[in-house]
Amino acid sequence: MHFTRREALALGLGGITAAALPLPALASKVDDAIAAFTGGATPAEGGVTLTAPEIAENGNTVPIAVDAPGAVAVAVFATGNPETGVVTFRFGPAAGSRMASTRVRLAKTQDVIAVAQMEDGSFARTSATVKVTIGGCGG
Amino acid sequence: MISRREFIQAGLATSAILGASGLGMMPRMAAAQGLTQDQLLQFDDFGNVTLVHVTDIHAQLKPIWFREPSVNLGVGPAHGLPPHLTGRAFLEAFGIAPGGPEAYALTSDDFVALARAYGRMGGMDRVATVIKAIRAARPEAIILDGGDTWHGSMTALRTRGQDMVEVMNALGVEAMTSHWEWTYGAERVNEIVAGLPFPFLGANIFDAEWDEPAFDPYVIFERGGTSVAVIGQAFPYMPIANPRWMFPDYSFGIRQERMQDMVDEVRAKGAQLVVCLSHNGFDVDRKMAAQVQGIDVILTGHTHDAIPEPVLVGQTILIASGSNGKFVSRVDLDVRDGQMMGFRHKLIPVFADVIAPDPDMAALIDDLRAPFAAELGETIATTESLLYRRGNFNGTWDDVICDAIRAERDAQIALSPGVRWGTTLLPGDPITREDIFNATAMTYGQCYRTQMTGATLRTILEDVADNIFNTDPYYQQGGDMVRLGGLAYTIDVSAPMGKRISDLRLSDDDTAIEPGASYVVAGWASVNEDTEGPQIWDVIESYLRKTGTVTRGPSQTVTIKGA
Repeated sequence: MHFTRREALALGLGGITAAALPLPALASKVDDAIAAFTGGATPAEGGVTLTAPEIAENGNTVPIAVDAPGAVAVAVFATGNPETGVVTFRFGPAAGSRMASTRVRLAKTQDVIAVAQMEDGSFARTSATVKVTIGGCGG
Repeated sequence: MISRREFIQAGLATSAILGASGLGMMPRMAAAQGLTQDQLLQFDDFGNVTLVHVTDIHAQLKPIWFREPSVNLGVGPAHGLPPHLTGRAFLEAFGIAPGGPEAYALTSDDFVALARAYGRMGGMDRVATVIKAIRAARPEAIILDGGDTWHGSMTALRTRGQDMVEVMNALGVEAMTSHWEWTYGAERVNEIVAGLPFPFLGANIFDAEWDEPAFDPYVIFERGGTSVAVIGQAFPYMPIANPRWMFPDYSFGIRQERMQDMVDEVRAKGAQLVVCLSHNGFDVDRKMAAQVQGIDVILTGHTHDAIPEPVLVGQTILIASGSNGKFVSRVDLDVRDGQMMGFRHKLIPVFADVIAPDPDMAALIDDLRAPFAAELGETIATTESLLYRRGNFNGTWDDVICDAIRAERDAQIALSPGVRWGTTLLPGDPITREDIFNATAMTYGQCYRTQMTGATLRTILEDVADNIFNTDPYYQQGGDMVRLGGLAYTIDVSAPMGKRISDLRLSDDDTAIEPGASYVVAGWASVNEDTEGPQIWDVIESYLRKTGTVTRGPSQTVTIKGA
């Protein structure tokens, strides 16, 4: 599991010193990482569920969960992090369910992608946008 | 299938009231005489279940002025839909005559004249009268509070919500959900909840460490010969919009799958009617109603919208009951054979000069306010202008607050949070200390002073703008735009995230903001722990004492595009 080290963005209005605007995802880097996982195969949409908050309460520790019945492995990618690979869960044949959860650090607002490798060798993917915000003005 | 879902367009009042059109210049008592308590409360009982909904009272125990927004933009699929209608468009959408009591209660046009004609609204003693009348007709009515109840006044701040707890207990509330309640800190919330005679619901409140449910998700009532489930949904973005350090052990979020699970669970337990008592905000609830199957009624809150008719999304009705005690919603439902067969609804306007105060509640409120009476009542200044907050961009009260911050804290730029609470003052009104607290009372009111670069200022504006104008409501937090003093900007509300804000300028001399330059900025309501500075109400009081008489037109510093 890789965690990148970045300054926390969850600063309020008072003490903000630096904050990054959302930038376009580093498309090629993510595509390369996914291709490395799938061996170049193009994953189908669906077949894997990714649960993530719409807006992160704390960008340093964002809870995510994946659920992919019939998967032998699920890889998670953070498209906007300097290091896009987050984690790969591998499930043995004795695994009762193919679910896993962890917490990830997200440097800024970005898409998180989950790619599952199925028992038949096919791949499935889904994504969710997680907003990392300064906060402080709701009411 | 619902075979005969019935919608009676009761709206605010009957046609008898509409006879009083063009009352803008009429003396208040004459206008008030055109309205009667019986008319306002008139309701032909329907079906077998009655829901009563109040929400976002923001601790307003006494009648208030509250001007509804003149700017309330909807983006994406919500464009042009309620609640994103204002002024004439709102009146036309609901068939309301201009210049009458409904127009006064629901819109902002001609507000000052109509306010003088129809008087203040709300007051929990009047709300008590309304609820007692409903209970007299429907003894099994379920009284529900959508949250933002314990916060918003000096007395609530000083008693850490206790005054509102006592009032809502006396009112007979049977379940609530929450938002600003949490700004008293988790310990205080748990202390109050332990003593509440009803559940404090939040299906989406989880223990942050163990990711387990932390509060009751729902309660099931056996009423009217049927089984009614009420599922609570607290404000989803609690730790983002308000200081997370005040309740570090809890996590919130929309948690749509959890809501579906709870609906399925209560249905499995035999619930015939499923009600969601929500503090999501209207647009979030509209999306959730389409995504989650099996909710019959969503009682919405948070975004302070008052909508005179239910909004239908598939088989779900959304009820928006306004704020500050201005309205009480009554919804009668016919629930038979495991289905909602029909409903009748009325958004009851609480005209304080028309609805008699309930004596018991009036006495309780007097007792609760007595220790603070001298402090509350002191006149600090007078206003010659209409002072209001609500609206997507600056309101005149915020302009005065930003003027005060810049003057008292010697700052180039002032930031003031885009909250939707805060009451209104009419030209000629004294500004009492209570009025200042009604616009500012909070547990993190320190007025900080710091330096920010132009790039940081722009980032803040973009960030807040996306919380309002993201086309996916699940990414909206439900406040209004941060208010600015000394800074002008252009916003394209239809542009994507990070691309909405342009042309930042210092409004005093019209010089462009440089990304790399540093500016002296002061503001209040920082979510950071250990923020330092005087309390905002003291800053404003000091400024107003020097000012004496306030004359403040709306600032013209925000250029809006893409609306």
